[in-house]
Parts: sequence; structure tokens; C-alpha cells
Amino acid sequence: MTLSLEEVDHVALLARLGLAPDERERMREQLSSILEHISLLEEIDTEAIPPTAQVITLENVMRDDEVRPSLPVEDVLRNAPRSEDNMFKVNAVLEES
Amino acid sequence: MSVDLTALTASEARRRLDNREFSAEELTQAHLTRIDLVEPQVRAFITVMRDVALEQARAADARIARGEGSLLTGIPVALKDILCTTDAPTTAASRMLEGYRSVYDATVVRKLREQGAVFMGKTNTDEFAMGSSTENSAFFTTHNPWDLSRVPGGSSGGSSASVAANEAMLSLGSDTGGSIRQPGGFCGVIGMKPTYGRVSRFGLIAFASSLDQIGPFARTVRDAAMMLEAISGNDPNDSTSVDVPVPSYTNLLDAAGRDLHGVKVGVAREYQIDGVAAGVQSAVDAAVEDLKKLGAEIVEVSLPHTKYALATYYIVAPAEASANLARFDGVKYGLSLEADNLLDSYLRTRGEGFGPEVKRRIMLGTYALSSGYYDAYYVKAQKVRTLLKRDFDEAFEKVDVIVTPTSPTVAFGIGERTTDPIQMYLSDIFTIPANMAGIPGIAVPCGFSDGLPVSLQFMGRAFDEAGVLRVAHVYEQATDWHTRRPEFVSSASVETA
Repeated sequence: MTLSLEEVDHVALLARLGLAPDERERMREQLSSILEHISLLEEIDTEAIPPTAQVITLENVMRDDEVRPSLPVEDVLRNAPRSEDNMFKVNAVLEES
Repeated sequence: MSVDLTALTASEARRRLDNREFSAEELTQAHLTRIDLVEPQVRAFITVMRDVALEQARAADARIARGEGSLLTGIPVALKDILCTTDAPTTAASRMLEGYRSVYDATVVRKLREQGAVFMGKTNTDEFAMGSSTENSAFFTTHNPWDLSRVPGGSSGGSSASVAANEAMLSLGSDTGGSIRQPGGFCGVIGMKPTYGRVSRFGLIAFASSLDQIGPFARTVRDAAMMLEAISGNDPNDSTSVDVPVPSYTNLLDAAGRDLHGVKVGVAREYQIDGVAAGVQSAVDAAVEDLKKLGAEIVEVSLPHTKYALATYYIVAPAEASANLARFDGVKYGLSLEADNLLDSYLRTRGEGFGPEVKRRIMLGTYALSSGYYDAYYVKAQKVRTLLKRDFDEAFEKVDVIVTPTSPTVAFGIGERTTDPIQMYLSDIFTIPANMAGIPGIAVPCGFSDGLPVSLQFMGRAFDEAGVLRVAHVYEQATDWHTRRPEFVSSASVETA
């Protein structure tokens, strides 16, 4: 299993990771070698085996939909790099063309 | 007579605090002195919580004086720096969270506060708990107290080293593929991963949500039981924490007896592989003989899918990590690097904020979940996970616990495995299966090889921590491996009148 640099770039963009030029090549080599190890799984026939997403038998843990105290807004915003009027501030996503 | 208070077990300290033989403040001060003495070499802590600890110790003394002490009141503990605390930074050993101050406590931290425990500090870890040596910490590498040129194991290496070096009596770590048991083994202390769902994960910075579990480090099994008892139980803030009764593990151990008659201990042939170092194998073989002498019946079991566990883990864990770490976007908290547009600011912040191993795993996980590969990797791995779990279900119909080496080797040298990710991952081959199946596992000292601790792992049925602790305790009490201390620690004695 060998990844191309184009695949590395595609996955890095999906993951929103900016990679330096030397990181791209290193990532290509290391991921290829890990994927090679992982390909061991191909030898097992899992056609009739159901997947396990989690191991405990709990499902749909519900609680009553009641208003409860939550963290004060000023505390939540304390770690924010940028905030304004009780909100996190981000760069514009939609801009007029 | 002068006594080194930092060398006591937590159980012994509890008794003597309650008898007013010394105060929690004296006990805490002794540990702070110890930290001053050994920390320049060991480097277990990212943050030492000196002022908080002394304040908590004085409050503990007042509480004990009122007769209101509980299990951990006044006991010095260390917390892996991936557990959120309001009174110290929580960094996950990442540049991404340098200086981050949580607005709430993790549930385990809250429970320890309610017990009156004393927080010595936040311990070093591989960045976001991804690693097996602490070498992936963005800040520094922790050193093994048994040999300062070697790693303490990881990811919870700061927590294990702090307990091994008597800087704390107990500590907490998190274990996603062995990150408590492997460093516990490397540092010659007890490390326990409870059943998935036994301990609330609320406030634990998430790595792989279906595998992560918080658990204790201690210098005896009984001390580990004290900590487990304090942190276990259902929590409305973690919907995967299971509402089952929490027994008094310490009371159960006090009634555990001294033999293992009637206990069936499984030995799995799939764990007897070429990669196990000779010194590790001989110590483990001798331990199995000891278990037999204690009356246990040794039964051979088969866990046929063991050899697929590592590959399965390296799909499931990175996939979950890639989703969990999407939250570090430079908007809500943490590092934020500006750019002309939102996309570029994400790319810069995440590209520069995460270290190489974290990026590698995010990439691997994103690849495994991406369109066209999802079924071939992620779904395939989840199916193999079913097979791994079935292996254990079948084995535990025949035996009460399964015994294995904790790791194939003793602690390796700093820098020895950093260039080859697969070599690093192989140190977790014996611990990963328990995470995949969600079952409890404990690492217990069982000998030495070249002067370094060798560790035995006991795994048990889901929610049977009591059974696992009992076998580990009876074995420990019949041997003296756990009483040996690193030369580096015992030569630097902290004396208190």
C-alpha cells in the first residue's frame, strides 16, 4: 500500500491540517508503512460478522428535557482567542462577490 | 525516629493520618520537598500545584480533626495533564492548549476534591495521550526513575514516574491502548485500566471515545483499589458511564485471603510470541509458577484474533481521534493563528499546533473514514473488533482471569524508537486487546530484567475489577517485587521527624 503525495494533500485538506513540504513526504512514507501493517486484516473473512462500535450494552441514555444551570457565558468565552458580544468571533465565511 | 513519609503506601498514610501521627500538611510538605529533589531529573510534572496542594492539605487536616475524613483525605495525588482542572492549566502536553484553563473539573477530579485529596500537580504525557514513551510531549520527555536514560512508558508516563519516584502516593492516568498499564509496568508500579464505563470520562480530553478509560497508578494493589473506589460510578455527564453498583474494593481486598484456591487463571498461547524479550518471558513464567503454588488452576486458553488487535486499533483509535480533535479549530479555545480566510486559519492553527504523532493519527483516521475507504478500513476494523471481543467472551467462560506480560520488553532507551512509528506501537500489543473488548486490566510488578522492572498483566471480565484486584493482590502479597524501590529514589531520602 503506497500513498501518493496527491492523496496526502487531499487527506490533509479534509483534516484541515497544513503540512510543510518536508512533512508531506514524511507523512506519505509513514502512512504507507502503517497502512501496509493494517492490510493484515484483509486475510480475515468478516462477511458475516457484525461491526462493534462500542462494547457496553447501553443505548439511548435519555434524561428529562429540563432547563438546568449551564456555565456562565463569560467563563466559556474566557479561553476564546477572539470574542464579541457574548459570541466567538471568526473570519467571514460568506462574503459578497 | 525519622521516617520518609513519601515512601509510605497510601493505605499506611491513611491509617497514620487518622491516628494523628503526622498531619496532611507535613505529608504534603514532604512530597513537595521530594519533588524539589528529584524533579530536575525525572520531570514527571508539567505543572506542580504547590499552593493548591498546601491549601488542600490544611483543609484536609481540619476535616480529619472534625472526624470527617474519608478514603483519600489528605493523600497526595498527581493528575495526568489531560484531565480538566479549574485551578491549574490543562495542556494535554500540546502547544495547542498551552496555558488553557478549563472552566470545569473532570468528574474524577471533582470526586477527588470531594474526598479531600491533595493535588500535587499535572503530569506529563504524550501529546493528547498519543504515544508510548512521553517523547511525543510538546514540552519535554519524562525520565524513568529506574534508569534516567530510559522512557517511563506512555502515554501516562508522568503519572507512573511520579508514583515510582515518590512524588505522589497515587495518580490518575488514561488508557486507550495501554497508556496506564504499559507505563505502570515500565516504572515498576501498579497501573489499572478499569472496565469501559466504570469511570466517568467527563472532563478527560477525548482521544478515542470508545476505548478511553481513566484509572489509577499506585505502589500497591490495595492503594490502586482505594483510588478506583474513589473515582468509579455512574455520572449523568457521561452517558457511557454505566449505572452498576461500585463495591468497596478495599474491603474486598482486606478479606481476600492469602491463596488462590478455586481461581482459574488463563494463559493464552497467542501471547507467547517471538517478540517477547527473554528476561520478560522468564519473569512471567516464574510468576505463573507462583500463581500455581498459591493454589490457582492454570488453564490454557486461546485468543485466536490477538495478532489482528494492533492493526484494528490503528484504524479505530485514529478514526475516533480525527473526529475528536476536530474541535481544536482556533475559535473556541487554544492556539489560534490568523490568516486571510477561515480555511487558511484552520490549516495554520492545526498545522502548527499539533505535533508529528498527533498529525499522523489525524491523517490516518481521516483517511480511514474518507469516502471510498470507509468500508475497507473502518467498518472492517469494527468487525474484527467483534471477533476480538468474542475471543475474550469465550475465554472467560473457562477462566476467571487471564495472565500475560504487560509489555514485550522492559523500558526502552529515550530516542530508541522515535524514528519508526510501528516499533513504538508494538510496545502496546499485549495491552490493546483489553481496550478493544472494554475489559479491565491491571499491571503488577513480577520481577526484574537487567535491573529494570518486568510487569504482569491480569485481565478480567467486564465489571469484575474486584476479581482482577483480588488475584493481583494475593500474588503481590506473596512476592516482594513491589517493595523494591529505584536506587535513585531511595538514595535521596526525605526525612521528617
